[in-house]
Amino acid sequence: MENEKEKRHILSMLVDNQPGVLSRVAGFFSSRGFNINSLCVSETTDPLVSRITLVAVGDMGVLEQIKKQLNKLINVIKVLDFTDVDYVQRETALVKVRAKPEHRAEILRMADIFRSRVVDVGSEYYTVEITGDEGKINAFLKLIKQMGIKEIARTGVVALAREKK
Amino acid sequence: MRTLQEEGVDVIFGFPGGAVADIYDELVKTDIRHITVRHEQGAVHAADGYTRASGKVGVCLVTSGPGATNTVSGIASAYMDSIPIVVLTGQVPTELIGNDAFQEVDIVGITRPCTKHNYLVKRVEDLGRVLKEAFYVARSGRPGPVLVDLPKDVIKASTVYRSIKSVELRSYNPTYEPNFRQLPKAVKLIKDAKRPMILAGGGVILSRASEALQTLARKIQAPVAATLMGLGAFPGSDPLWLGMIGMHGTYRANMSSAECDLLIAVGVRFDDRVTGKVENFAPKAKIVHIDIDPTSIRKNIPVSVPIVGDCRLTLQKLNALLEAEELEDLHQEREAWRDQIGEWKATMTLKYVQKDVIKPQYVVEKLCEITRGEAIITTEVGQNQMWAAQYYQFDRPNCFITSGGLGCMGFGFPAAIGAQLARPDRLVVDIAGDGSIQMNIQEMATAMQFGLPVKIIILNNRCLGMVRQWQQLFYDRCYAHTQMETAPDFVKLAEAYGALGLRATRPEEVEPVLRKGLSHPGLVIMDFVVEKEECVYPIVPAGAPITEMLLV
Repeated sequence: MENEKEKRHILSMLVDNQPGVLSRVAGFFSSRGFNINSLCVSETTDPLVSRITLVAVGDMGVLEQIKKQLNKLINVIKVLDFTDVDYVQRETALVKVRAKPEHRAEILRMADIFRSRVVDVGSEYYTVEITGDEGKINAFLKLIKQMGIKEIARTGVVALAREKK
Repeated sequence: MRTLQEEGVDVIFGFPGGAVADIYDELVKTDIRHITVRHEQGAVHAADGYTRASGKVGVCLVTSGPGATNTVSGIASAYMDSIPIVVLTGQVPTELIGNDAFQEVDIVGITRPCTKHNYLVKRVEDLGRVLKEAFYVARSGRPGPVLVDLPKDVIKASTVYRSIKSVELRSYNPTYEPNFRQLPKAVKLIKDAKRPMILAGGGVILSRASEALQTLARKIQAPVAATLMGLGAFPGSDPLWLGMIGMHGTYRANMSSAECDLLIAVGVRFDDRVTGKVENFAPKAKIVHIDIDPTSIRKNIPVSVPIVGDCRLTLQKLNALLEAEELEDLHQEREAWRDQIGEWKATMTLKYVQKDVIKPQYVVEKLCEITRGEAIITTEVGQNQMWAAQYYQFDRPNCFITSGGLGCMGFGFPAAIGAQLARPDRLVVDIAGDGSIQMNIQEMATAMQFGLPVKIIILNNRCLGMVRQWQQLFYDRCYAHTQMETAPDFVKLAEAYGALGLRATRPEEVEPVLRKGLSHPGLVIMDFVVEKEECVYPIVPAGAPITEMLLV
């Protein structure tokens, strides 16, 4: 019951690529009182199969129950848990940041340091595209926040297990 | 369209409507019997009762919109009790879906959390496969209700019928075979235990594991308790029988669970009504938990040896392993345990005092005596349900049909209709309260129309007894809205439907009324005017450990 045992878990699942499947997965989380922190869905190389990558927080007991319940859904083919696995994770964010003339150089420098790019330039705002793990994006946002962020769109985490070396 | 016949469907419970008119037009050309209910909830409960009494998958057919929404309580009840039924709902034509068309409702969305799975069929070519899958999913693994939503244009269209022999779903493979490494662990625990106990749930009945369970219990001389859903899994007349466990469980069953050092839980999901306060449940016991649904294991209660598998297969394999073991010495060691249980059994029995007002327990006991415990009993929900569970002695599985998990009032009578259809040879009795029976009383017409001689016993206390009991015990006798003095004259009501109505108001009338009613060849309501303020005992207050029982 200790809060410290509550960890962030990345679950990656293969599901039937059919209407209503996402609703089943999301509905399961809400009906059982679990929370989804982020969610990402896309087709795989097999057009009949989609991959859902989601991040949920809970202790191991909660996680075990979540995994079993997800596996029970008829349309869920496979559930992978990256908790004890080496994996690569990435997330992309588009950040629309206020670009006052005196800040413009700083924004570009910061974008450069974080190996991100400015993808749209307006008279008042720059839109920066940044990709990385969640920590990197959060660090970037923290720094750029002082200049004023107008809007932000994040994809949520996607992840794949690393190949065995 | 005739996949249904291939699935061996001979009865459909339904109610026609515009969206399913085409199916009805085809249905009359087949030899499938259609039981026209008076409310769609009744259709689902009837299919549920039919399934439990026959072991076949019950089928409902209703129209779109309100027809579909009326089935929801029934579906939720079947879902909680893991009963395999298939519900076919009509839907507006595919091009109108999402248009707020007349009698349109997103029933697939509504029932997503209370079905095992559901489908919206968009192309007639998929219809045969989906129906086949629906039956397969409903009855395999941990069973459950499956809903298939059928737009009008899809059922109107025709296609070449292709017979599908088997269903394979890559994302759905229930585990039947228990893991061979887990069974020896269970055997070891059984051999080490001084105070073993078995807890049987609905899973034992669903997987027809009753015989294997009895073999195990006798072999290891472990006493057996059952959950409400497990009643009948073990003979009530057996000396090893402890009775029902939980909120209204027997003293000896609840005390045994607290004192045992090994609990073999078979086909149970440790509902809160069974465990009471989970931290205090079976505190001294190692637990072996056998269930086909991995999510049931370790959901509420920590377990020493989890075994995922079909209850019958698992018990059979466990028995085979135990066959090789020398168990005679164990029986001696367990004598103290048996004596302890014997003492609990002797000192704390279920009891009531029959004075000049009829006691509901007396009615159930008399019923059990007259029917020699051989009737199929369905119940409504509340006090009637608990008295039926406590005072009727079930020796065989599939004879006690009740809405256990959902606790759905209005369940018993339509379920009795379904059970009677499944087993025309058997006496089917609905033990009801005056509150619950009014929730689906309209099905009287159904039973009359199809000549189903269900016997309804109303334990009439002129109030919603179970809630009133809680008010009496936990709410300072503030009987807020649980009084039901205004009720129909059930005798006249029976007569109005063309059935037989009988009433008993004094204890000496109970037996004659029961005898007359039970021997009547048709539908009967027996109205027993019982003690109003009678309570179900023992009772464990919600959230308390199950050893903290109020006994009188």
